[in-house]
Amino acid sequence: MRQYWRQRFQKWVTRRHRPSREPIRLDRRRLYILPTRQGYAFALLLFLLFLWSINYSNSMGFAFTFLLAAVALNTMWQAHDNLLGLVIHAGGAEPVFAGQEARFAFRLENLRRTPRYGFALQWQEREPVYVDLPGHGSAPVILTVPAEKRGWLRPGHIRVLTRFPLGLFQSWSWVAFETAALVYPQPRGRQPLPAALAGQSGSGLNELGSGSEDYAGFRQYAPGDSPRRIAWKAATRTERLLVKRFIDQARPELWLDWWRVGIEAQEPRLEQLCQWVLKAENDGHEYGLRLPGLKLPPSRGEPHRRRCLEALALFDRGDAKARDEIVESKAKAEATSAERAAG
Amino acid sequence: MKLWNRKQRPKRQAPSAPPVEPLTLPALLWLLAALLLAVVPHAWELPVWLTVAFYGVAGWRGMIALRDRRLPPRGLVLVVAVLAGGGVLIDFRTLFGRDAGVALLVAMTACKLLETRGLRDGVVLVFLGYLLVMSNLLYSQEILMVAYLFGVVLTMLAAQVMIHRQHAGFKALAPLWLTGKMALRAIPVMLILFLLFPRIPGPLWGLPRDAYKGRTGLSEEMMPGTVSELSKSDEVAFRARFAGPVPPPDQLYWRGPVLWNFDGRRWSSGDRAPRSTPVPFTPEGEALEYTVILEPSNRIWLFALDLPAILPPQSGMTPSFQLLRQQPINEVYRYQMRSYPRYRTGGLEAAERNRGLWLPRSGNPRARELAAEWLARPLQPAAMVDAALALFREQAFYYTLNPPLLGSNSVDEFLFRTRQGFCEHYASAFVFLMRAAGVPARVVTGYQGGERNTFGDYLIVRQSDAHAWAEVWLEGRGWVRVDPTAAVAPNRIQEGLYAAVADAEDLPFLIRRGGDSAWLRQLAMGWDSLNNSWNEWVLAYGPDRQKEFLSGLGFGPVDWADMTVAMTVALGVLGLLVAGLRLRNQGSRDPVARAWERFCARLARRGLARDAHEGPLAFAERVAINRPELAESARAIGSLYALLRYGSGFSAEGIRQLQRLVREFRV
Repeated sequence: MRQYWRQRFQKWVTRRHRPSREPIRLDRRRLYILPTRQGYAFALLLFLLFLWSINYSNSMGFAFTFLLAAVALNTMWQAHDNLLGLVIHAGGAEPVFAGQEARFAFRLENLRRTPRYGFALQWQEREPVYVDLPGHGSAPVILTVPAEKRGWLRPGHIRVLTRFPLGLFQSWSWVAFETAALVYPQPRGRQPLPAALAGQSGSGLNELGSGSEDYAGFRQYAPGDSPRRIAWKAATRTERLLVKRFIDQARPELWLDWWRVGIEAQEPRLEQLCQWVLKAENDGHEYGLRLPGLKLPPSRGEPHRRRCLEALALFDRGDAKARDEIVESKAKAEATSAERAAG
Repeated sequence: MKLWNRKQRPKRQAPSAPPVEPLTLPALLWLLAALLLAVVPHAWELPVWLTVAFYGVAGWRGMIALRDRRLPPRGLVLVVAVLAGGGVLIDFRTLFGRDAGVALLVAMTACKLLETRGLRDGVVLVFLGYLLVMSNLLYSQEILMVAYLFGVVLTMLAAQVMIHRQHAGFKALAPLWLTGKMALRAIPVMLILFLLFPRIPGPLWGLPRDAYKGRTGLSEEMMPGTVSELSKSDEVAFRARFAGPVPPPDQLYWRGPVLWNFDGRRWSSGDRAPRSTPVPFTPEGEALEYTVILEPSNRIWLFALDLPAILPPQSGMTPSFQLLRQQPINEVYRYQMRSYPRYRTGGLEAAERNRGLWLPRSGNPRARELAAEWLARPLQPAAMVDAALALFREQAFYYTLNPPLLGSNSVDEFLFRTRQGFCEHYASAFVFLMRAAGVPARVVTGYQGGERNTFGDYLIVRQSDAHAWAEVWLEGRGWVRVDPTAAVAPNRIQEGLYAAVADAEDLPFLIRRGGDSAWLRQLAMGWDSLNNSWNEWVLAYGPDRQKEFLSGLGFGPVDWADMTVAMTVALGVLGLLVAGLRLRNQGSRDPVARAWERFCARLARRGLARDAHEGPLAFAERVAINRPELAESARAIGSLYALLRYGSGFSAEGIRQLQRLVREFRV
């Protein structure tokens, strides 16, 4: 039953506040206000003070009780006012691997001359992240959202709330932005890197067996690195996990091939591929990725790695276009705002 | 040691699974400050050990927070709580009642401080703090105390603000500034509630026995020493404001308890039950109209000049003309009175005559002899009164605040041996003599005189004006007031206590009417006048005055239902007013509109007013035609405004741009 009502409510909120591409300015129609649990406790306290005043016929006791009641009543207005006219800008989020937390950047902006205090952004039932805003100023807020599945992660409706000043009332609003984080598959799998294919690269060296790799210093540990490569001695010195880096002189071309993973199920297959991409990049191989309907020629470096991971993340998701759309819309919004600024 | 610690730690951390939002250091410091201030006035009533313990614990908690130490374990807090509760129990012999309750509240606040970790604990402490503020009001509601407690409430509110967020941007005293503004904004609603919220006459249930402890005033009984002790107090008993001129001092007899029964040493009431209508008598001469503002006394007595002719609401009058209210007076109580200083009362019933003549079988033989002598002469009752007064006047009787102690035959000892006494001695001895001589007589206690305050034009009657006099019943005149003190010390009646007693040096300053340092006295009178207004208009505002207030506004007689309607209407009107103001401000609060209005206003001053139908672009074009030198900037402003106002979306940069353009726009 409760579940049902919650779903109904979510639906209603979604319908009412469509995801926006532009910064949102909170107006009267978006604001809700309710007493908090403390607010109810405070009401009880007021009732107690009132009874006490009656019992002792204490004139100043009445005055005190009524003063507190009036202050509490005013904080309702204040909590409402505090949110009114607040501007929320949505930034982007760095891509993450499934199982990690995506960090969405937002910026709250105060157009008033007077400072405003005690705002928070809250994603679902997580701890709200609080921030104060100087007059004519803004402050960044980072919301972390768990990334459970690969693909696009949309935070959905975010609650902007304030309990300022006394915590007796909570005023809040729902905002939704067309912002999304790309979630790569979780790098997971036990298969070793496949051998470089003959005819494509020449020598069929596998990763660790060969002696043709030259030691090329340390670099920071990244998910997917082989534990055998971790430089434990260096780690104890620097308190960071470092891995030894080797450059393969022979540069064998490596094909990470959908049909040669050896796992049938789709998701574990992608996870394995993801792990291979990281490993191959770490180990300094040139690697190519082959998926049904997609072929990325062997290469190396950060852009290539990202392309591969994106392909894995969006494989068979059907919304490969969504990314372009979002990127485009954001660029458009920026352009129009810049145009306006230019007048 | 280290090993042991390592083993202990995970165990201890395990149960505190739900994350507690911690209390920040500034929040805790504000909270401590507010609580410390709230307990200060209690220091006078609390046992010393508790005050010391509270401040010690608060200081300790402050140190823990400042040095980032660990809180004491829960077990220790529990032990402290039990010890404190036990201490209160031993000290007061109870955990209930006003004083013990307050002590317990202070003790529990201290314990809560020791286990305060998170936000929720902080909120509990703030609530306890509000209860502490309220408990202070049970002891005093004077102007200075109320002003002080208002400051405490502001601090407490500031603590409540700080608890909720860290507010790193706040300067040291900024929270106080904020809560001050909050309180100021709350005052209209508070006033409406205070004036119109239907007051229910209390108490709703039994009050603790010590609810109004520590109030000085007349007592139900009179023994040698009771009135003279009271006379050393400069506390105000009541104040009176006369409609006409203040009557001369010899008419200012404020009637209190009438005492009939005498056991040889102690006078006690023996008065009969009050009636709900005034006791009839024959007035002679003009009536006095006046208002009495009575201080709380925890008694049901209402004081009125001899003889009262009307009854305040919810009160009655005994056959001896004493006014009684149904409930004890525990708030400042204000009532209208009418009295006739010249009067003639009716006949005397047999039962009343018997009680007016009743004396213990034995004791005080010499006084009885003297009375028998008068009877044998024989003297008429009126002549006997004169004879007794002549005795006081002609023999070496002294009027003193510190009379010698008297034994069991108090009247004899006073009349024939010590001859030094205060008014209770004279009244007691006089009534004894009259009764022994067969003249019905009774003792009346109350207040006599009062000091005129020229600032507020009212009379202050202090406890030092407490007095006891006598009434005798004479054929044809009824009950007649006789004040034997006037025979001994006429100054007491005319000028007050300070002028009448020889040993007045140890009296408090305020009682020394007619003494030195006149300007200081003036100052004290000014302050008293302020207090009187406070009492009359604020503290005395109870259920009765509330009804008077509404009736005075022209609503006729009102009940609580009307009052509720009035309150709702007033709150609704206020709400509409505020909402209207906010809506009006809304336009100018919108930065886009404000910038545009500024732009238009500037041009209007130069004769280029925008027509109501004119859109921003059209207006800008018109400006461009009329003032070509402004064309560029006017067009920029007009188009940017149109974009911000009617275009889709919203851009902060755009607003800033508009504001800059308008600022730089020179006509």
